[in-house]
Amino acid sequence: MNAVAFVVRRLVFYVVAGWAALTVNFFIPRLMPGNPVETMMAKFPELQPQAQRALEAEFGASHDGSLIHQYGQYVVDVFHGNLGVSVIEYPAKVSSIIGATLPWTLTLVGVATIVSFALGTGLGILAAWRRGGWLDRVLPALTFLQGIPYFFLALLVVDAFAVHLGWFPIQQGYSPGLVPGWHWPFVQSALYHSVLPAFTIVVTSMAGWMLQMRNVMITTIGEDYVLAAQAKGLSSRRVVTTYTARNAILPNLSGFALSLGFVISGALLMEIVFSYPGIGLTLYNAVTSDDYPLMQGIFLIIALAVLLANLVADAVYVLADPRARAGRGET
Amino acid sequence: MTVALPVRAARARGTTRRAAGARRLSTKARVGALICALFVVAAIVGPMVAPYDPSAQSFAPVDILHAPSMAHLLGTTARGEDVLSQVLVGLRATLVLGLLTGLIATVLAVVVGISAGFLGGFWDEVLSLLSNVFLVLPALPLLVVLIGYLPQRGQTSTILVLSLLGWPWGARVIRAQTLTLRGRDFVAASRETGERTWRVIFFEILPNEVSLIAASFVSTVLYAIGTSVALAFIGLTNFSQWSLGLILYWAQNGNALQLNAWWWFAPAGLCVALLGTGLVLLNFGIDELGNPRLREAAGRVRIEGRAWRPADPTPVVRSGATGATSATGAPAARSRER
Repeated sequence: MNAVAFVVRRLVFYVVAGWAALTVNFFIPRLMPGNPVETMMAKFPELQPQAQRALEAEFGASHDGSLIHQYGQYVVDVFHGNLGVSVIEYPAKVSSIIGATLPWTLTLVGVATIVSFALGTGLGILAAWRRGGWLDRVLPALTFLQGIPYFFLALLVVDAFAVHLGWFPIQQGYSPGLVPGWHWPFVQSALYHSVLPAFTIVVTSMAGWMLQMRNVMITTIGEDYVLAAQAKGLSSRRVVTTYTARNAILPNLSGFALSLGFVISGALLMEIVFSYPGIGLTLYNAVTSDDYPLMQGIFLIIALAVLLANLVADAVYVLADPRARAGRGET
Repeated sequence: MTVALPVRAARARGTTRRAAGARRLSTKARVGALICALFVVAAIVGPMVAPYDPSAQSFAPVDILHAPSMAHLLGTTARGEDVLSQVLVGLRATLVLGLLTGLIATVLAVVVGISAGFLGGFWDEVLSLLSNVFLVLPALPLLVVLIGYLPQRGQTSTILVLSLLGWPWGARVIRAQTLTLRGRDFVAASRETGERTWRVIFFEILPNEVSLIAASFVSTVLYAIGTSVALAFIGLTNFSQWSLGLILYWAQNGNALQLNAWWWFAPAGLCVALLGTGLVLLNFGIDELGNPRLREAAGRVRIEGRAWRPADPTPVVRSGATGATSATGAPAARSRER
């Protein structure tokens, strides 16, 4: 398989995955028993039966025409950025609500994830290098951090650092009363509010990277070429960094791409616990108030964002692994 | 670097250690297995020994949000329910959900993984694409949307949806292993002797993947328990069925943390955390069974009073010390492998 075939293969994957997300999103409301119009009708019993058709048209839930026709209409709408109208914030468009909340999530979760990956990988290298050292011995304790439900840890952290010590704000993304914009008081407040949420994400997700890195490192250290490097008399540091870690980091990188879905899941809970004004909290609010168009729109955006992040991670992987560039990498 | 080493002694120690390592699991794995076993026992007998009905409310002032006492070993909630009984009853529901999801998802993973790896070619492409697509679909948001649509949020629907989204990790790993096994001589030999395909799969390939399948099962159970507790915590659960997540949901709704009612939220949270730790440790053990390099003995080795780390230069045996030139490399190489 040459390089072109490799790129084509990946592109096919992204097209199929994007199409799958789009299609799942199309079929969920049609296969599931719930229905936004029914919910609306049940919520407001005074609505006349005639209102049903008007509501169906409004929420894009009309079942006119064949399924294929509806599907075509839906795809056209999505490509025009038309995701329908929200039920809770009634006249507001789903796309504008998402546009307002997505940057919050992207910034905080993006930074926290990269910090956690870098720290975890670095510590994993250290633990494998100093195998049997104190860092390696506290690893089982770190699994406890992995086992704690994320929201439980987050609630404890909030209780300790925000409620009792009062070092950080309890919730929200910025101090009430500030107008969002690119001015220092707002940026400062937003940064201050993001410390605790970012900290909880890093603490809970770091252990996973660390464990994986350590295990791959230990397997790699046993390879013959590492033995050869040692036999040449290279320094321990050089053997570990440029010989072992350089190769051991590859599975971690591809794992990074694949685990982004989990990262998003963590972000969702984080935003609920901290009432952080991101897309996860909006999804939660949409679900609790049966706002089906908003729910669907957010799911689609999250799925596409994960795909995009995957594409970036893929590109990084190709840069890091010459075998992938030559088209011999596993997909 | 040259280190004199009494070869015979080192060799003897090496063999006894290896024998011991093969027979016995590492401490980590044993602790993990013990924790998991305790929870399974608690889930089986829990509902029978629960002192109260977990949903029995009592609004007598002494019963409301009472700290642990002899009458209520883990205290009471704001509605006078007994926390210990809730935990004991809820543990079973959470564990059953995790195990069932793990079972269904693992069966799916094995079927998809082995088919993809064994059949190869077109089917491999299709099945790998399918599992990669399922892998990038963000699970929790999809679950939230799916379960948000369901009119009845029962245990069964949660199990089905979780299993449907939980198989691709395992399928990927099992496919990769099947691919390498398929090319091995013993598989080719069994085919040559005229074994049927199903026999090759069930008697030649499957037994060699037991540790992988077990690891995949354990991590799926972990995923299912974590996700179901999180879903319950945000209110997407069956409210008539006590589970660890539901206890946490009510504790959070009743502001247990702000009221300093630690006995309301800590037991359920610690149960989930401990169960998770147990499962992760168990998985360590399974990993070590499948990959001997990860075993604990492969840490620092003490040779001639010096501790050697695996990444350190190879200690070379001075051949003159024993005269057995052919055996010189062996102890060092072996200690490296373990």
